[in-house]
Amino acid sequence: MSESKSTTVEMRLPTKLGYEKVAMSTAASVAKLQGFPEDRIEDLKTAVAEACINAIEHGNRLDEKLSVGVVLKAGTDTLEVKVLDDGKGISKQPPKPDIDRKMHGEEDPRGMGMFLIQALVDEVEWVPGADGKSSYVRLVIKLDRRAA
Amino acid sequence: MQSETKSRVDQLKSTQGYPVAVLRFEGDIASTSKDAVLGTYQALPKETAKLILLDFTRVEYINSSGIALIIQLLIEASNSGQKVYAFGLSPHFTKVFTMVGITKYANLYPSQAEALAAL
Repeated sequence: MSESKSTTVEMRLPTKLGYEKVAMSTAASVAKLQGFPEDRIEDLKTAVAEACINAIEHGNRLDEKLSVGVVLKAGTDTLEVKVLDDGKGISKQPPKPDIDRKMHGEEDPRGMGMFLIQALVDEVEWVPGADGKSSYVRLVIKLDRRAA
Repeated sequence: MQSETKSRVDQLKSTQGYPVAVLRFEGDIASTSKDAVLGTYQALPKETAKLILLDFTRVEYINSSGIALIIQLLIEASNSGQKVYAFGLSPHFTKVFTMVGITKYANLYPSQAEALAAL
């Protein structure tokens, strides 16, 4: 791996649940090459998987004619992941999941993907597409030098 | 592409002699795992299976849809007067379960032996 230049890996996934694991495994491999500690790689895997699931289910609405783009950019001590779909993006963040409300039937048991992404990475932003589609989520995980 | 979730039930006794139904999962726990997770749980007799222990030792991947299935199991168990416990989660998924609040409704243990000793 180069010392200062960034290295980019790109892939296109079919809009099919389960293929998020391809992105997850690739991101983990890149992070491992960068020297990320195991616990941060596990965080990254879950965040990337959830971002891809959102793109497949909500962005592309399970339309198998569409694909999900994934771009990994490995910097000196960061890994940036962009997950792109053909949806219009989100207009507002869903509320933080509340287990008590879920247990009492006041909140859907689902709907934790965005919360997990936010909780597990260092930076995240959801960017709506300018033309009502081609939106993406960009997440960044930073190398924890103390653990490296 | 989604890997199949396997599940089976073992009937054990806790150290104190209480019957414990152990639901052992294997593979991924995702949106396709409804039968393996909820179906297996729902097949347990509610009158006698009062202590439920979930074994995640052989689970490799859990996503938010899978976590939602576990929460649905917890809701049904709570409504049926059953107590749910779990063991065998990796450190990462222990963290995730704690973050989403599952640990408020299901105690987690590192191993089956430690779980059975505590029940």
